[in-house]
Amino acid sequence: MSVDQTTVKRVAKLARIAVSDEDAVRMESELNAILGFVEQLSEVDVSGVEPMTSVMPMEMKKRHDVVNDGGKADDIVANAPETTDNYFLVPKVVE
Amino acid sequence: MTDLTSLTIAQARAELDKGSFTSVELTKAYLGAIEAANPAINAYVTVTPEKAIEMAEVADTRIASGAAGPLEGIPLGIKDLFATKGVHTQACSHILDGFKPEYESTVTANLWRDGAVMLGKLNMDEFAMGSSNETSYYGAVKNPWRQDGSDMDLVPGGSSGGSAAAVAANLCAAATATDTGGSIRQPAGLTGTVGIKPTYGRCSRWGTVAFASSLDQAGPIARDVRDAAIMLRSMASVDEKDTTSVDIAVPDYEAAIGQSVKGLKIGIPKEYRVEGMAEEVDQAWTNGIAWLRDAGAEIVDIELPHTRYALPAYYIVAPAEASSNLARYDGVRYGLRVPGKDIVDMYEKTRAAGFGREVQRRIMIGTYVLSAGYYDAYYLRAQKVRTLIKRDFENAFNAGVDAILTPATPSSAFGIGDQEMASDPVKMYMQDIFTVTVNMAGLPGISVPAGLDHKGLPLGLQLIGKPFDEETLFRAGHVIEQAAGSFTPKRWW
Repeated sequence: MSVDQTTVKRVAKLARIAVSDEDAVRMESELNAILGFVEQLSEVDVSGVEPMTSVMPMEMKKRHDVVNDGGKADDIVANAPETTDNYFLVPKVVE
Repeated sequence: MTDLTSLTIAQARAELDKGSFTSVELTKAYLGAIEAANPAINAYVTVTPEKAIEMAEVADTRIASGAAGPLEGIPLGIKDLFATKGVHTQACSHILDGFKPEYESTVTANLWRDGAVMLGKLNMDEFAMGSSNETSYYGAVKNPWRQDGSDMDLVPGGSSGGSAAAVAANLCAAATATDTGGSIRQPAGLTGTVGIKPTYGRCSRWGTVAFASSLDQAGPIARDVRDAAIMLRSMASVDEKDTTSVDIAVPDYEAAIGQSVKGLKIGIPKEYRVEGMAEEVDQAWTNGIAWLRDAGAEIVDIELPHTRYALPAYYIVAPAEASSNLARYDGVRYGLRVPGKDIVDMYEKTRAAGFGREVQRRIMIGTYVLSAGYYDAYYLRAQKVRTLIKRDFENAFNAGVDAILTPATPSSAFGIGDQEMASDPVKMYMQDIFTVTVNMAGLPGISVPAGLDHKGLPLGLQLIGKPFDEETLFRAGHVIEQAAGSFTPKRWW
């Protein structure tokens, strides 16, 4: 499988990365080089093989459903580019 | 007085205990070395001298009162991937501009609990994506090693290139690093240092910037095998905050050093003899086999038939996980924001400006292989291949093999800005051909220096172990180290 300009732009849209026409041309050839490389997996017989979900055979730990952290709104917004009263500020999303 | 920065952790610890010098003196020696060398090597992206001195003073008090921890007063460098409270933590990416976490990663918290001193944050490939440290927003790191009679700048490997270079150039006693596909072992191999990626689940991932969560593991890069054992004991822990942290007590790894390898069964996988591998890499491997045999180990040929599929499977699984993990960088909660005409435009511009080319490439691949219609053909198939890769190793271990010996890298260090590597991303990916299988199977792997090639550059050997059997790796790694000797670069900086 390989990608064309339209697919590159669609994937970039899904990934929320702005790409210029020039970037898209470069990315097309780079992505196709990688897709060409991974193509060899199609020769592996995977019939009846379970996909790996956890590399170490263990049951996922579950924590108790209790409040064990919190009350630190100032810490949480401390690194935000724009805030007001412990809210993250973003451009208007509702007209 | 000898140069304090040339001492190993074990040596420095003994001298600190005897009172030959203080941690403040040792720390100042390192800060001086960094000031002199960093403009040339670029291993540190930020140095924290005041914090270092403050921590060293506390360490000196603890040593004096007989309450010293296992790393008391030892100055360390920390890869920029680990969250350090109030200190530069940006995964060497532009998109995390100005990020100073309000919390500490579990791994670094463990080190400070044991008395270590932080010198600063170390350079790395952006978000740990790279094998040459050239994708860092802060520029390439120069390998302290150069070819004999040449002044060409070489890469230190990656992604933990700053960690490996700093350890090799005596700019820290040891460093933290992380390994998703070879990012500890490959740079260790290219700089003549020792690096161990422990079993998946051994070191907590809490507070470590995520790249590919099912593969990421922290581990140390150190001057020798003993120091790596000392470091890992402190870095590893059982952590409630990481659901993949495994509930097994951390052993005293240092106790494994010096134990005989007599009777150990060492597997040699023929699939690791790959096309394009330097002849001297093969020679180093042959030497390694002889050293272990001479020390009493039994050498057996083994088969790991799915080895060649590990790298292509990795380049589906790792980008897929990365595309999901890196979705959080959107200009809202931290780091860079580039204004746009609406919120989507802001996201897209921020991510285009904030992520470098390699990171964008991997996010794109990951997004593509997870997108509707392609998931089964790529991601699901890669996860099945991953099961087969792990099964290969299990078969070898079930047949009685205790550890597996392979080369660490297919070549010695290459030049910064290498044109062949730059023109084809897959060429660079081949650097991890021997290391990536280990991440796919979640196993521990150590890289130990094995000699110099004809250009005078270090080559490393890799030992792969059973899950949570890092002790056997330290034991066999030490035998290789004893036979090969240790290697230090000639100072040019």
